[in-house]
Amino acid sequence: MALKSRIISAAAAAALGALALAGCSSGNPLDSSTTSSANSGGAIVVGSANFPESEIIAQIYTQALASNGVKTSIKPNIGAREAYLKALQDGSIDLVPEYSGSLLQYYDAKTTAQSSTDVYAALSDALPKGYQVLNQSKAEDKDSYNVTKAFSEKYNVTSLSDLKSVSIPLTVGANPEFADRPYGIPGLKSAYGVTATLDPISDSGGPLTVKALQDGTVQLADIYTTSSAIKDNGFVTLKDPKNIIIAENVLPVINSKKVTDKVKSVLNAVSGALTTDDLVSMNDKASGSAKESAAQIAKEWLSEKNLFQ
Amino acid sequence: MNGWSDAFNWLLDPTNWSGPGGIPARTEEHLVYTLVTLVVACIIALPIGLAVGHTGKGRGVAVQFSGALRALPTLGVLLLLATWLGLGFGPPLVAMVLLALPPLIAGAYAGVEAVDRQTIDAARSIGMTGWQVLFKVELPLALPIIIGGVRSACLQVIATWTVAAYLPLGGLGRYIYDGYAVQNYAEMLGGSIVVIILALVADGVFAIVQRLVVPRGVVLGRASDVRVRQSRSLVGTSGSTTAG
Repeated sequence: MALKSRIISAAAAAALGALALAGCSSGNPLDSSTTSSANSGGAIVVGSANFPESEIIAQIYTQALASNGVKTSIKPNIGAREAYLKALQDGSIDLVPEYSGSLLQYYDAKTTAQSSTDVYAALSDALPKGYQVLNQSKAEDKDSYNVTKAFSEKYNVTSLSDLKSVSIPLTVGANPEFADRPYGIPGLKSAYGVTATLDPISDSGGPLTVKALQDGTVQLADIYTTSSAIKDNGFVTLKDPKNIIIAENVLPVINSKKVTDKVKSVLNAVSGALTTDDLVSMNDKASGSAKESAAQIAKEWLSEKNLFQ
Repeated sequence: MNGWSDAFNWLLDPTNWSGPGGIPARTEEHLVYTLVTLVVACIIALPIGLAVGHTGKGRGVAVQFSGALRALPTLGVLLLLATWLGLGFGPPLVAMVLLALPPLIAGAYAGVEAVDRQTIDAARSIGMTGWQVLFKVELPLALPIIIGGVRSACLQVIATWTVAAYLPLGGLGRYIYDGYAVQNYAEMLGGSIVVIILALVADGVFAIVQRLVVPRGVVLGRASDVRVRQSRSLVGTSGSTTAG
């Protein structure tokens, strides 16, 4: 008897759960029927990748467009590039913030474009028909070679091409793939004639890599340009005149059907104002002790830049 | 496309068997790391375990302490120490020693505790001092269980040193991290197979050592014990015991 009543209560709980789920289905992000109806209404659906920076920029696009009277909705946190570009192409989203180099390599794996201008120019050919990029921002999120201020001054190094004259052996702290990638150890050799060894640290330019650079365990460290550690520690990011690291400017990719003069001017104004330093400080707000919401960070940025207030 | 055959091809590729990044060199590094870890851990753990087993004092503390140690996530400890102390051999060594302590301490005190009280009483009654009891009676009798602790620690340490390749270190973990970084799954699986083989070989060696360290008297005594016990139980519960 006890078992039977337990089964009944379990079944009741399951039924309740199903009801609760059904109640949520209007907000289910995987339900494509709701989005296509939203699309046919003419609103621009803004998507984002599954990391805070992308979500913040998507919020900026959404809020900027909304305050100019463009109907928008947002679909954040879709997934990795494969997922959100697929969503763009199947029409479940219309607009998504992207990074120029990675976007180009996604559609054209054999591209040789590396510099910011070349990549941007190549993008219009590489994108599938019916989609386009608007103006790109100066903001970049990509790998970068960094040295300490003391090292930079002692050996007079501000660019990767200055490294050749450094007399001491050079060690780079970076993820293990740096040993094989064209922007890593092989690229240093072929483009700049610099021989360096890799200290593989698997934290993607995180605290251990930063500490290794501070300690002098490594002389160079691969740290993302949007990491606050660069500024906080006074590291010097080395210039890359031969562009071994592909440009990764932030820019909007959009379904051409949704592009009007107004949409274009709003998004171009956003891209015109966005800088790498902005990305650093916005990422800090999202991940630091503050942990602000993407919407709040976007709002603050728009008011800081006096855009569409 | 078959993961296993790719991994075996990787293992058979002669280019992976030479140079500083080759399998022999990485295996040697891995063994040295493991050996250093076990030596350091034994120096710390065995005196504690023997003292607890011999005196019977501090058992609760030792059990709880080594239980708490077991709960420490090794990668977490490793990264925490590395952010404090910087890169180098120190942080991963400490993390691996912490991993090895619980089985070593447990093996030592359990081994000493398991020694028959009558034997110890006999040793005392012929005039042995506490130290003599420990080194001449308890330690030899406990040795198989102590070695069992070392065996268990060794297995864990061999397997877990791979994790330390998160940092710029050698050892077989390099294949796992480096392979993962460039989606070279053959290298990852191949490296893992080498780790498994190494662990099994080490375990086998310790199994043999465990047998060898059983004092001769115990072997003889055990054989007669078994015979006595079996004949008794056969009398008590006829047919329920299988003779062997």
